[in-house]
Amino acid sequence: MSFEKTTHNLHKRRMSRNVGVFVVLAAFVAIVFGLTVVKVSNMDTPVPGLQQSGGN
Amino acid sequence: MPGTMAGPAGARLKENGRSMSDATINSDISAQAGEAEAGFGDYFALLKPRVMSLVVFTALVGLVAAPVAVHPFIAFCAVLFIAVGGGASGALNMWWDADIDQVMKRTARRPVPAGKVDASEALAIGLTLSAFAVVMLGLAANWVAAGLLAFTIFFYAVVYTMWLKRWTPQNIVIGGAAGAFPPMIGWAVATGGVSLEAVLMFALIFMWTPPHFWALALFMNADYEKAGVPMLTVTHGRRVTRNHILAYTVLLVPLAIGTGLTSIGGPIYMTVSVVLNAAFLWGAFRIWRRDEDTAQADKYKVEKQVFGLSLLYLFLHFGAIMAEASLKPWGLGGWA
Repeated sequence: MSFEKTTHNLHKRRMSRNVGVFVVLAAFVAIVFGLTVVKVSNMDTPVPGLQQSGGN
Repeated sequence: MPGTMAGPAGARLKENGRSMSDATINSDISAQAGEAEAGFGDYFALLKPRVMSLVVFTALVGLVAAPVAVHPFIAFCAVLFIAVGGGASGALNMWWDADIDQVMKRTARRPVPAGKVDASEALAIGLTLSAFAVVMLGLAANWVAAGLLAFTIFFYAVVYTMWLKRWTPQNIVIGGAAGAFPPMIGWAVATGGVSLEAVLMFALIFMWTPPHFWALALFMNADYEKAGVPMLTVTHGRRVTRNHILAYTVLLVPLAIGTGLTSIGGPIYMTVSVVLNAAFLWGAFRIWRRDEDTAQADKYKVEKQVFGLSLLYLFLHFGAIMAEASLKPWGLGGWA
């Protein structure tokens, strides 16, 4: 195996790892953002009976 | 990082105290870094993607079949975190079982026995993803579902992998519970609890697992024997295994058909279930009545057929539950 091919394979594997980690982290950020939006939107929906228990 | 690559190779050159050709240097470098270094796909393979696909499917069915609607994005995230949890337990399994995986032909190419990923890395990934999946599922859905996921990971990694697998021929019977939890977790994501239907979906996979794996073990026996895994075929022989396959299938049939009488069943499920159970029972009977000479003569043709049928059996049962649930908004699914 030539030196160029060896280093090429090595860089390819490292590149795939770096890209993979980037995609996973980006997806995680998108998921947390999306969940936040959904949860906050659901909080805006009035919950029946919540006003009565509001207090004295 | 060239240093990482050249370092060990260079040091070895000095140690040898003699000149080496370019080809030797390059092959040494290759062995040290290029060939052995894992790519992203190798780390992903730690999560057992094929098992994950079954987890995703059954968890999704449990979630869709539940009588409570879930926001689509939360449902997507919940199934994703359940899949990650399932994958994490797969990584922990590969960490612990690296020694026997290396011996078995079916598993020798896995990243740890193949030398692509270090066992300690598999452990770290398994633990980190387990914690991540449980916490995220708790935050996204509810803590009942998260608790069930945590228990599933514990059951698969500790109870099955570390304890049962190498100890008892009933390993896959009890250990099968780990694979049976995902639809129950999906149901818990939607409802916040567990009900009869969730237990029946759990029981369906739980009772299906032994005949499925024992049919496989009948024609993969050499692998398990070589690895010293006490599968029923190894400890009690094939005749006993054939008897067990028939017995568990007989128990599975009323359970599968009975599920069709609950709120997750309906005409579609019942039709599919009756046909599949008749076929599966017939297959189990054919396995039971065969002797070893006949099986070896046709290279375990019937056992392989029943194994293939078992995959279809589970997929179509859960597919039918999904179909019933999906048709309900149009007033078609279910018995009502």
